[in-house]
Amino acid sequence: MTLALVLIPAAAALACFVIRYDALRRALLVATALAHLAMTAASWMKRPAPALGGWLAVDAGGLVFLSITSVLFLASALYALGYLKREPHGERKDFEEGVLFTNAPEAVFTGCLLFFLATMTLVTISQHFGLLWVAVEATTLASAPLIYFHRHDRSLEATWKYLLLCSVGIALALLGNFFLTVAASAPGSGPIPLVVADLMAQAGKLNVPWLKAAFVLLLIGYGTKMGLAPMHTWLPDAHSESPSLVSALLSGALLNCAFLGILRIQQVCSAAGIEAFGREAFIAFGLVSMAVAAVFIIAQTDFKRMLAYSSVEHMGILSLGVGLGGDGIFGAVFHAVNHSLTKGMLFLVAGNLLTVYATKSTARVRGILQLVPASGVLWVAGFLSITGAPPFGTFVSEFIILKAAFDKGYTAVAVTYLLLLSTIFAGMAAIVIRMAQGKAPEDQGPSRAEPLLALVPAAALGAFVLMLGLYLPPFLGRTLHEAAIMLGGS
Amino acid sequence: MNTWFDTITLLLILSNLALLGSSQLGFCIKVVAVQGIALGLLPILFGSAEWSVHAIVLATSALALKGVVFPWLLFKALRAADVRRETEPFVGYVLSIIFGVVALAVVLCMRSRLALPVSADLRLMVAIAFFTILVGFFLIVTRKKALTQVLGYLVLENGVYAFGTTISSEQPWLVEMGVLLDVFVAVFIMGIMIFHISREFDHIDTHRLARLSDWNQGETEESNP
Repeated sequence: MTLALVLIPAAAALACFVIRYDALRRALLVATALAHLAMTAASWMKRPAPALGGWLAVDAGGLVFLSITSVLFLASALYALGYLKREPHGERKDFEEGVLFTNAPEAVFTGCLLFFLATMTLVTISQHFGLLWVAVEATTLASAPLIYFHRHDRSLEATWKYLLLCSVGIALALLGNFFLTVAASAPGSGPIPLVVADLMAQAGKLNVPWLKAAFVLLLIGYGTKMGLAPMHTWLPDAHSESPSLVSALLSGALLNCAFLGILRIQQVCSAAGIEAFGREAFIAFGLVSMAVAAVFIIAQTDFKRMLAYSSVEHMGILSLGVGLGGDGIFGAVFHAVNHSLTKGMLFLVAGNLLTVYATKSTARVRGILQLVPASGVLWVAGFLSITGAPPFGTFVSEFIILKAAFDKGYTAVAVTYLLLLSTIFAGMAAIVIRMAQGKAPEDQGPSRAEPLLALVPAAALGAFVLMLGLYLPPFLGRTLHEAAIMLGGS
Repeated sequence: MNTWFDTITLLLILSNLALLGSSQLGFCIKVVAVQGIALGLLPILFGSAEWSVHAIVLATSALALKGVVFPWLLFKALRAADVRRETEPFVGYVLSIIFGVVALAVVLCMRSRLALPVSADLRLMVAIAFFTILVGFFLIVTRKKALTQVLGYLVLENGVYAFGTTISSEQPWLVEMGVLLDVFVAVFIMGIMIFHISREFDHIDTHRLARLSDWNQGETEESNP
């Protein structure tokens, strides 16, 4: 079954390239998403047996990230049904610059979407560092054609930056893997396999200087993919230029997968007793990412870019949480869940706004609540959740991280964190509330009927985050704690 | 065996310096191909004691990809884009070579300090692998053309590959195959991208791919001739 989690989406992806009917491919997309979610749910009941000699296994940390990916993918797949129906084949005009462009063939889009799911799943269940690396690289390759779905020059630029930066990052991560191999070639006892469990069991034999070097390279390599500042420069472009449902997946699922890669090496480092080594790097990357995001959110004129920078901010929060250790790690894992669901919801709603207003300019979108009330409510709710307002789950997880900072005596860090959070709250509020309120432009016409498929996935994700703020189901809490302890927290 | 290693080491150093100093894209592709062939031979040379299937499979696939497939794809992209030389890089060619020499000196000084479980011969190879990685980085950062950036990426990847084959004979071969496969697909996709870039803009100058930026809205305007 562990193997099936990867193979079923991969097989469906291949089938998409062969199938000639759009309707059949779309049905296959949703069916695969449902099957994937069902298998993920089954893994919650009973952890499936490891496969490939322990290289593939579902542990608590992997399960959390796998579930996020699965839930978000189902929401995106349902959204895709309506989205693809609205996307005409053939040439059409780009609404920003008026250049003509065509979309990539739908078979490529659906196929890559499924392949993307397969590769992200592989990341979450890989226990071997080499395999993990291959999987992370494969996510880049599967998602590049998705970003280039609208074939015009801006999306091309975004795809180019994405491919080049992430490939360089991944090359560094590979070097990190080789360093790890050196660290694991203990003299006398022979090499230790690069499987997480083996490395942790024999952590005492690891060569510490090489392990530290490996940690740094993996942090920078996977950190590029995760969007930590200052390696985040591809992120705003890719997230703003790709179709909204792809942005939702990139932001909500892919960034987490890269984060898991970093967590794995931190796990080994803490087993080797050098977790303090990474701590300051995590805190520094966290605060820098939040600060960079704050600066660019305040003056943002493009609402999808605003959401992209908000992802940079939240990756910073995750990094900060891990750096604080203890409860902070629990907070970070919980925050990853909340952020993914919220950001998925916001990007899907942003897609609705894009359809209605045909612009990404924050200045030209006015009166959402009046024109498309349901999307408007979701947009404002999403804003409240993403900025950590109660009673959403994001509030709880951000608060846990804050508390961890005070508990551990990092007062300056806690104060900076609070300051940055409130700056971002104010900056986003100015943009989002102005978009929601007011009168819609005259040429937009009267308020419109909104298709259910464009609303339900986003609303479901939102409801989920709201529930997590009010009530954390015990089974979920247990697994989150187990994941946090596995990563050296409490 | 020693002469072989010396030859490959020398080839790597010379090819890196040639890449730093040349403006001819076609020539650069050939140099990267030579580098790829030299690296492809590495696993066979190591395994001379035991000619394992693993070493032979790895060497043939590396040779085929790095020495034949990549250059072929890049030449195709070069023809599609219809440019022959790199004009005005961000850092001039003379300065680039000076960077190369300095980097080489630094890397050679570092060589003795590395606590590596390998012999002195191999330690030199490891140092040159680091040198290759640095050159790859330098090319990516300082060159404007998309094609040269791909070349830089390949050089970077070559350096990582050289390091990997030198130090880790115990690494399961699946991972090494994954490396090659990923590089292959990356270059394949990048080749397609270069083609699209040239078709979209009639040039492959990444410097002008600067519309999406929060920093320099004004700057790109004036740098466009």
